[in-house]
Amino acid sequence: MAILSLAWKSLLNRRFTALLTLASIALSVTLLVGVERLRTEARASFANTLSGTDLIVGARSGPVQLLLYSVFRIGDATNNLSWESYQDIAAHPKVAWTVPISLGDSHRGFRVLGTTEAYFEHYRYGRDRRLSFEEGQPFSDLYDAVLGAEVADTLGYQIGDAIIVAHGAGEVSFAKHDDKPFRVLGILERTGTPVDRTVHVSLEAIEAIHVDWQSGAPIPGLSISADQARAMDLTPKAITAFLVGLESKIATFQVQRFVNEYPEEPLLAILPGVALSQLWDLIGVAENVLLIVSAFVVVVSLFGMLTALLTSLNERRREMAILRSVGARPGHVFALIMGEAGFLTLLGVLSGMALLYLALIAGQPLIERRFGIFVPIGGPTPYEWGLLGAVIAAGFLVGSIPSYRAYRLSLADGLAVRI
Amino acid sequence: MVIDIKGLQFRWQPSAPLVLALEDLTVTAGERLFIKGPSGSGKSTLLSLIAGVTTAAVGSVRVIDQALEQLGSVERDHFRADHIGYIFQMFNLIPYLSVLDNVTLPCRFSARRRTKARSRGRGLDAEARRLLQHLDMDQADLHQRAVTTLSVGQQQRVAAARALIGSPELLIADEPTSSLDADRRESFIRLLFDECRASGATLVFVSHDASLEHLFDRAIDLAVVNRSL
Repeated sequence: MAILSLAWKSLLNRRFTALLTLASIALSVTLLVGVERLRTEARASFANTLSGTDLIVGARSGPVQLLLYSVFRIGDATNNLSWESYQDIAAHPKVAWTVPISLGDSHRGFRVLGTTEAYFEHYRYGRDRRLSFEEGQPFSDLYDAVLGAEVADTLGYQIGDAIIVAHGAGEVSFAKHDDKPFRVLGILERTGTPVDRTVHVSLEAIEAIHVDWQSGAPIPGLSISADQARAMDLTPKAITAFLVGLESKIATFQVQRFVNEYPEEPLLAILPGVALSQLWDLIGVAENVLLIVSAFVVVVSLFGMLTALLTSLNERRREMAILRSVGARPGHVFALIMGEAGFLTLLGVLSGMALLYLALIAGQPLIERRFGIFVPIGGPTPYEWGLLGAVIAAGFLVGSIPSYRAYRLSLADGLAVRI
Repeated sequence: MVIDIKGLQFRWQPSAPLVLALEDLTVTAGERLFIKGPSGSGKSTLLSLIAGVTTAAVGSVRVIDQALEQLGSVERDHFRADHIGYIFQMFNLIPYLSVLDNVTLPCRFSARRRTKARSRGRGLDAEARRLLQHLDMDQADLHQRAVTTLSVGQQQRVAAARALIGSPELLIADEPTSSLDADRRESFIRLLFDECRASGATLVFVSHDASLEHLFDRAIDLAVVNRSL
């Protein structure tokens, strides 16, 4: 114990270098645990991009592909599914609700999604959060559109603005549905999900803008005006996919099998949670790399401590001789340097965590607004405790190097004062 | 007998040349012994042996009736902490400790000296202040100062107080006056004598400066008694 108080006073005496070392350890710990916490939450948030939906149904392809185009609006469906099949499955006794999705058009790089009012009622993300309107309301008229938050922000749209939908999904499109402009009726609040980057219109509207089109081009000589289209039967012949909510989760596999074995056309039903975690495994490599990099930052900061302690040893050989002369054992000299390394590591970890919590408290609203990730401010998880334990163990391990050197020196020098 | 050395032969390694060979050296309790010798005459080696930092393969070094070569290295460290006060040539103090903390430092390593320092019924700091006062360091503001701001003479007196606290039986001083000017040397030595007398300590004083020799009870010349030379 006596030697620890010496170690503490010695650190205070060299408080400038000690503080620098401490700061680098603290910042690296903040980074390490911060990255760990963010990636956990990013994973959770990703897994909850779509929640509350029991099954996604589309034309038969791969689960990840279906997920990509139906939830993330990435890529295209290889096939649509017929309206009759949709009606048939929606009428299954175990199905509580369905949300049809029709994709294929875009507006200045943002996907246009045709759906029904059920979308605003049943779509859930995060921990059972529903879509809410920052402004306006769900579409009511045929040519109404509801914008995701990012669409409105990026393009500067407000309620009442007119927008033109382009055919196809490209950023630049030459085929525009400019004869049937839409009116912005609602803007959704930011969700941090692909919903933010989506323009929502009704299924009938998708049908209406294509009544005079065929095979991706306007039919020459045929022009049906926006008002003429209103009078026509706009029931879609096909949709891209649909979300399914069940009466009870117990029926999930039963309904999934019903869809996958549907005799009329080849369909695929996936469990969004399973497919999302499959997709995360695919793209989640980056988060592991990030954690590894921040672990290396910790190692670098510990090497900084090693350098600081080792370089101080030579000028401290006299101090060691004095300590030996008053009866300190070489083991005491070891404990002195180890105590300093221990104090630096422990204080570094403590202040690193304090810094992390300050940053979380300050940054939590911003992170949630910008990325839709809610980072809870709780105590460290077992995994984080493990990380902190590893940092402390590494600190002591690194500290044992100069400690052992000091031990050897004091054993060799004895009372001889060498400089 | 405080120091009793018989038939000592010391070399750093078994194959290395002999550094120190002493047939017989005894110091009685309360004696003040002056050891002189030019550098290279084995002074530092002799002090290391008496302080129990090293041991000789041949011969015996007994300090306060304890044969040091029979003790393990940890026991010798304990022994030194309990029974020996040591003053270096210069820069005796731990830079990050206050004057008082420097003086009480041996009491952190020796329960015996801690108990003895408290035996006057006061705390350790009070005992440290008393010793400093005796060594003409009675300005209270000095006691809390950073030791690096003290003059060399003041530093040596703090070192003396540290060597004396807890009344060790043996005081070893390794050229403690070489950094002081001539008139301060004598006054420092006289202060040291007074304190040794008061606590009954034996003093072994090493120096190459023969002009101090007349102050001591007895003097030996290592250049003469060291038979390895």
